Amino acid sequence: MGDWMTVTDPGLSAESQNISLYTSETKMSPSSLYSQQVLCSSIPLSKNVHSFFSAFCTEENIEQSISYLDQELTTFGFPSLYEEPKSKEAKKELNIVAVLNCMNELLVLQRKNLLAQENVETQNLKLGSDMDHLQSCYAKLKEQLEASRREIIGLQERDRQLQCKNRNLHQLLKNEKDEVQKLQNIIASRATQYNHDMKRKEREYNKLKERLHQLVMNKKDKKIAMDVLNYVGRADGKRGSWRTGKTEARNEDEMYKILLNDYEYRQKQILMENAELKKVLQQMKKEMISLLSPQKKTPRERADESTGAVISDVEEDGGELSRESMWDLSCETVREQLTNSIRKQWRILKSHVEKLDNQVSKVNLEGFNDEDVISRQDHEQETEKLELEIQQCKEMIKTQQQLLQQQLATACDDDTTSLLRDCYLLEEKERLKEEWSLFKEQKKNFERERRSFTEAAIRLGLERKAFEEERASWLKQQFLNMTTFDHPNSENVKLFSAFSGSSDQDNLPVHSKQRQKKPPSTSNGSPVCTSKMTKSLPASPTLDSCQTRSCVSEHSSVSVLTVTPEEMKPDQVGRECTSQTWSVVSRPGAQPGCSVDAL
Amino acid sequence: MNFSEVFKLSSLLCKFSPDGKYLASCVQYRLVVRDVSTLQILQLYTCLDQVQHMEWSADSLFILCAMYKRGLVQVWSLEQPEWHCKIDEGSAGLVASCWSPDGRHILNTTEFHLRVTVWSLCTKSVSYIKYPKACQQGMAFTRDGRYMALAERRDCKDFVSIFVCSDWQLLRHFDTDTQDLAGVEWAPNGCVLAVWDSCLEYKVLLYSLDGRLLSVYSAYEWSLGIKSVAWSPSSQFLAIGSYDGKVRLLNHVTWKMTTEFGHPAAISNPKTVVYREVEKSPPPGLGHLSLPPSRAGARPLTNAAASESKYEVASVPISLQTLKPAADRANPRMGVGMLAFSPDSYFLATRNDNIPNAVWVWDIQKLRLFVVLEQLCPVRSFQWDPQQPRLAICTGGNKVYLWSPAGCVSVQVPGEGDFPVLALCWHSSGDSLALLGKDHFCLCFLETSKDVGAAFGRRDSCT
Repeated sequence: MGDWMTVTDPGLSAESQNISLYTSETKMSPSSLYSQQVLCSSIPLSKNVHSFFSAFCTEENIEQSISYLDQELTTFGFPSLYEEPKSKEAKKELNIVAVLNCMNELLVLQRKNLLAQENVETQNLKLGSDMDHLQSCYAKLKEQLEASRREIIGLQERDRQLQCKNRNLHQLLKNEKDEVQKLQNIIASRATQYNHDMKRKEREYNKLKERLHQLVMNKKDKKIAMDVLNYVGRADGKRGSWRTGKTEARNEDEMYKILLNDYEYRQKQILMENAELKKVLQQMKKEMISLLSPQKKTPRERADESTGAVISDVEEDGGELSRESMWDLSCETVREQLTNSIRKQWRILKSHVEKLDNQVSKVNLEGFNDEDVISRQDHEQETEKLELEIQQCKEMIKTQQQLLQQQLATACDDDTTSLLRDCYLLEEKERLKEEWSLFKEQKKNFERERRSFTEAAIRLGLERKAFEEERASWLKQQFLNMTTFDHPNSENVKLFSAFSGSSDQDNLPVHSKQRQKKPPSTSNGSPVCTSKMTKSLPASPTLDSCQTRSCVSEHSSVSVLTVTPEEMKPDQVGRECTSQTWSVVSRPGAQPGCSVDAL
Repeated sequence: MNFSEVFKLSSLLCKFSPDGKYLASCVQYRLVVRDVSTLQILQLYTCLDQVQHMEWSADSLFILCAMYKRGLVQVWSLEQPEWHCKIDEGSAGLVASCWSPDGRHILNTTEFHLRVTVWSLCTKSVSYIKYPKACQQGMAFTRDGRYMALAERRDCKDFVSIFVCSDWQLLRHFDTDTQDLAGVEWAPNGCVLAVWDSCLEYKVLLYSLDGRLLSVYSAYEWSLGIKSVAWSPSSQFLAIGSYDGKVRLLNHVTWKMTTEFGHPAAISNPKTVVYREVEKSPPPGLGHLSLPPSRAGARPLTNAAASESKYEVASVPISLQTLKPAADRANPRMGVGMLAFSPDSYFLATRNDNIPNAVWVWDIQKLRLFVVLEQLCPVRSFQWDPQQPRLAICTGGNKVYLWSPAGCVSVQVPGEGDFPVLALCWHSSGDSLALLGKDHFCLCFLETSKDVGAAFGRRDSCT
C-alpha cells in the first residue's frame, strides 16, 4: 500500500506513510485528530469518550471505530466504508477501496485546507500589515489633525488677539481723534484768546506809548536837541521849500510820473518782445507755407476737400498778409486772422505729418516683410562680426593682463629691480611689450604646429600600417591575379574598399598616404609657414586643411578615373568629410588673422 | 591777492564810503577815516562814547555815529573836520539811527518805537513820525532815494506810509492785510513795494507806489512762513526764502511763482557742481621749504581753524551735513535765512539754515541749481562783488572764500595769530574787500578784473 502511494503521489508519501503507520499501528496523532474531531464533530460520541483520552483506535475497538468513521464519513457525504450488504443478516464488510478513496479524498481535502490555510494566513499577515500600515497612517493623520487643530486654535487665538488689538487701536484712534479735535478746539480758542489778549495788550501798550510820548514830548526836554555848528546846504544845492498844497500836488505828479515812466518802460519792453514774437511767428508761417506748398498737390489729389479749401484759404490769407504789411498794425486787428491762419496751417501740417508717419510705419512694415531675410542675414553677419571682435578684444585684454601681472610679479620683488624698471624708458617698455606679445604669439604658433606635427606622426604610423596591409593585400591580389586575370574591376573595387571604408578614420590614412607620397612638399611647406607665422598668421591648420583638401581632390579624381557604381558612396562620404574639416578649420583660421589685425 | 596789515576795530564797524575813496572804522569811541588806496589815516574823530552804529551819508561827506546807550548821535563832516553835530534824543532813548538818502537828514527811532524823529542838517526843522512798527525791516528807501516806506501799527492794524524824502510829506497811507507785518522792501526800480507777514503766516503783498495792491502771494498755510526776501537788481524777480527750505521766485509781470528752489541735503543732479572744502594737510618737506622759515615757525600749525584748506569737486550724488533744528524753540534754525542776488541778476546765493555749511548758487537764467559750496564751518555771511558775479564768503575762520563762475578758491588771511573773519564788505569797485574780525580788520586787495581768471587758477595766501 505504501509503495503504491509513493508511486501514485510522491508528494503525499510522507503523510501516507504516517497514515499507514497510524493504520498499521492503529495509532493516530492525537493532537491533529483531536482537533479535527473537535472541529468536525459537533456531537461528542459517548462511545468514544474514552478513546479521546488514549487513542482513537485500539485492538479492541476496530469495529467500533470503523463504524464510527463510517458514520462520520457518511455524514460528511463520503461513500460508506462498508460494502453494500448483500443481505440483512450478512455482516458488513469493510470496503478497502472505499476506505482508501476516502482517505485519499481526505488527504486531498487536507492539502487543500492546508493550502487554503496558508493562503489565509498569508492574507492574514498581509491584512495584518495593511492594518498596521493603516493604523500608523491613521495615527499619523490623527496627529496631523491634532496639530492642525492646535494650529487652528492658535490662529484663532491670534486672530482674536489681533481683533482685540485692532479694537483697542480703533479705540485709541478714536480717542486720538477726539484728542486732536479737542486740542484743535483748544488751539483755536487759545488763538482767539491770544489774539484778543494781544489786542488788549497792544491797546494798553499803545496807551502807555501815547502817555509816554506825551510825557516825553510835553516835558520841555532840554536834552532833546540838535547841536550843530552850522547848518549845511542841501545836497542838491536848492533851498528847502515850504510845505504847501502845491508841493503835495507836485509830489503826486512826480509819483505818477515815475509810475508812468515805469509802465512806459515795461510797455516798451513788452512791445519789443511782442515784435520779436511776431517776427518769429511770421517766419514760422512763411516757412510753413513754403514747406506745405510743394505738398499741396498731393493732398489735393487725394481729394481731401476740406484741407484743399483750407489751403486755398491760407493762400489767400498769406497773400493778403504779404501784400499788406499788417504786422505794424495793432495786434487786435491782426491777431484773429493771424492766429486763425496759423492754426489752420498748423492743423494741415499736423495731419500731413501724421499721414507721413502712417506711411512711414506702413512702409516700415512692408519693408520688414520684404527684406526680412536680408536684414536678418545682415544682422546675423553683423552680430557674428561683433562677437568675433569681442572675443578678440577679450583675448587681447587677457594677454595684456597677463603681461601686466607678469611685469608686476617680476618687478615687485626688489627695490633695485623697481628702480631698474623705473630706469626703463617708456618707449622701450612699449617695445618690449610688443615684442613679448609677438613672442607669445610665436610660441602659440609653435605649440600649434608641434601639435599638428604629432598628429601627423600618429597619422603617419596609422598610414604606414594601412599601407602595409594594403601592400599585403595587393601582393596577395597580384599573386591571385597572376593566377587569374579575369576580374580587374572587381579587384579594383575591393582594393578601394579595403582602405577607404566609409568612416572618417579610414579616410585619414588615405590623405596621409597622399601626403606620404610627396613628403618634400610638406617639408618645404612647413618652414615657409613658420617664417610667415612669425610675422603674421599662424596658418598651420589652414595648411593642413589645404593639404587634406588637395588630397581629397586627388582622391576623388582617382575615384573618378575608376568609375564604378560602388565608388560613389565612399566618394560622397569623403567629400562630406572634407567639407566638414573645412568648416572646422576655416573658423580658427579666420580668428588669428583678425587678432593680428587687432594687434 | 594781497592783504593789508591788520588794524584795530570794534563792534565790526568798518565801512567804505559810497564813493569808494574812504574807509571809516570805529575803535571804541574813536572814528578813524582812512584813504582806501594808501590806508593812511585822514581824519580821526572822537565820539562821546563807544560807537554802536556808524554810517556814511550817501554823498560820502558825513559820517553818522550812534551811541544808543546814551541816546546820542554824532555826525562828522569829512570836508570840515571842525564841523560837528550832536543829536540827543533825551529821555526818549534811541534804538536805531540812519541817514536819509539825501544825506541831509537823520532818522532816529526812539525807544519803544514811540516815534521816528527826522533831523535835518540843513534847517532847524524836526519832524516826527508816530507809530512806527517795531519789526524786522520796518523802513525802506527806494533806490533813487525819493521815497521812504515805513511800516506802522495803530489800533492793532498794520499800515504802510510812503513819504517823499525831499520834504517828508506823507504821500500815501494804506493798511495792509497782514496779521503781523514783518518787513517792507522796495523793488530796485522804486515802483513796487513788497510787504511780508511775520513767520507765522506765509504772505507777501505787493503794492504799487501809489498804494494799489498789485498782488498777494501765499505759498502755503499753517506752517512757518517767510524768513527772507530779496529783489533781483533788475526788479524782475522777488525771491522769497521760507522756513520750508525753499526759495520761491515771483515774476514781475503776473506776480506768480516762476519757480521754486528746494534745498535738499542730497544733491543728485550731475549738472550741479559741488565744491567741498577740505583741510589740506601741510605737505611734508617741500611745503615747508617754500615758506619763509620764520613764518613757518610762527604759524600755529596745531590750530585746526588755522590749517590750510582747499576746494575739491565732489562727485555728485552727495549729501550735505544737516543740522537738526530744535522744533520746540522759537526761531528754529531752518529755512532759507540768507538770500542775495548777484549784481547782474544772473545768480542767486542762498543759505539754508539747517544746512549751515553750504552756500547754494542758483543760475537765474536757467532757473536751476548751479553750484553748491560746502564749507568746513557754518557760513556766517556772504556778499556779492558789486561789479561782477563774484561771491565772498566767510565762516568765522581765518579764511575768506571766493567763488565765481570760473571756480572757487579758499584764501588764508595771513598774519600772526588767529584772525577769525566774522564779516566782510566789498569796496564799490570790487577791487578790494574788508575782512572784519572781532578786534581787527584788514583789507584784501584782489587783482584787477583782467587777471582774475588767472588768479583763480592758483592759490596764493602770501602778502
